[in-house]
Amino acid sequence: MSSQPAVEFRKVWKTFHRHTGQLLLRSHFKRLLTWKDHVERFHALRDVSFRVEHGESLAVMGKNGAGKSTLLSLVAGLVPPDRGDVLIQGRVAALLELGSGFHPDLTGMENIHLNAALLGFSRKQTAARLEEIVDFAEISDFIREPLRTYSTGMMMRLAFSVAVNLDPDILLIDEVLAVGDAGFQAKCFDRIRDFRRRGKTILCVSHATGMTQRFCGRALWLDHGDLMLDGAIDEVACAYEGYLNAGS
Amino acid sequence: MLNWTGDYWYLVQNLVMKDFKIRYRNMSLGVFWSLLNPLVMMGVLWFVFTHIFPNRIPHYALFVMCGLVPFNVFTICWLNGTTSLIENAQLIKRVPVPREAIPVAAVLGNCLQLLAQVLLLLFLAAAVTGIHRSWFWLLAIWPLEVLFVTGLALMFSAFNVYVRDVRYVVESANVVLFWLVPIVYDFRWIPAQYRFIYGYNPVAAMVMALRNILLDQTAPAATLLVKAAISSVAIFLLGLAVFRRLRPRFFNYL
Repeated sequence: MSSQPAVEFRKVWKTFHRHTGQLLLRSHFKRLLTWKDHVERFHALRDVSFRVEHGESLAVMGKNGAGKSTLLSLVAGLVPPDRGDVLIQGRVAALLELGSGFHPDLTGMENIHLNAALLGFSRKQTAARLEEIVDFAEISDFIREPLRTYSTGMMMRLAFSVAVNLDPDILLIDEVLAVGDAGFQAKCFDRIRDFRRRGKTILCVSHATGMTQRFCGRALWLDHGDLMLDGAIDEVACAYEGYLNAGS
Repeated sequence: MLNWTGDYWYLVQNLVMKDFKIRYRNMSLGVFWSLLNPLVMMGVLWFVFTHIFPNRIPHYALFVMCGLVPFNVFTICWLNGTTSLIENAQLIKRVPVPREAIPVAAVLGNCLQLLAQVLLLLFLAAAVTGIHRSWFWLLAIWPLEVLFVTGLALMFSAFNVYVRDVRYVVESANVVLFWLVPIVYDFRWIPAQYRFIYGYNPVAAMVMALRNILLDQTAPAATLLVKAAISSVAIFLLGLAVFRRLRPRFFNYL
């Protein structure tokens, strides 16, 4: 198992349709009658190949719409590639957006259970980690209150705490660490470093360079679905920033 | 496509509880609201069909209730199952949760809620005709209806992702079905040449079986059960096959 990489993309293509009003019966009929496939397509990823070894941390850089989120969706197994192969080894936990599986009307505790179940944990496994999750999130008094009473910072702490403490093999982070106070951010970075020490894999997405440089050794730069550069973080960050400055 | 391995049953339980808690957290009367609808319907239908169009069916209120409750279970589960994927679009787009679990949880969650109506029906039956050992047959027929509606929920939830009009088709079908299932009338009133069609409709079969058990206190006919079992299992397997076929592109359409 260890000889295989944690994540491997082999010539991956992903196209999305832009469907405006495509979802009603009317438009389906129209398409049948006019016999024209006027679906607009755009390439979210074009012939992208890379490998991430176990224990490596990789940053993915690029502007909005460069294909970063699509890349994470493919790693998380949310969507299959159109062409090419995506090979994953291990359990993936995604911090794709603040509290992806959270519901505002459920209490913090109920959301922890729901998220653990969504990630594939049993009742026993969840119970064993419950205390650690609540402690780490530092919201002890609020844990029995509905989530909509939480501040953004509290919600983010809970989301991070759930994802990290459920002990995934591969952690996906999508710009979430930008939120939260300095003290908690430091704690998160500690946890991420600890995570790396235990040989876990991290994929981290950002449109800025500063934050990711703190814990990623390697980086990819995506632009309009193309893989522009794959290399050491400083080198890629430098090239990406140069490109940004030249563009503006 | 999804390399999700885990405790499937715990997941479904959590999804069911999520819907249940969200729906009832802000209501003071909670589940009792779902008892009001069948009671009002029973009252209205009883008035119309005993005072306006009189008939000689004994215990007509209970007779109608034997039709209303399985019909409600069917329509509510089917409709909520159909819209479940759209309503959980955020979850599907961000969490690699097994997709089947969502319509299945929607059906089971609504069954849990509709248990109140089933208990109301049993309570009425116990008061009118008394408890009888033929009630054991209830344990055989309810799972068949749930299986049948789960199959439909899987199929139609998948269609609804691609064409959003599907939910209105389901709503209209339910209105038509109210009159095509022997709810207000007796199966024996149906002209002989149409009767054979009814046997293949598991909802109609359910109504007839419930009347056998609760009103006549006899076991439902074996042929009725076999036909209902065949169509329930067939629809469930078909629903699952359709769902799996359409599943890979849900993400793009949600």
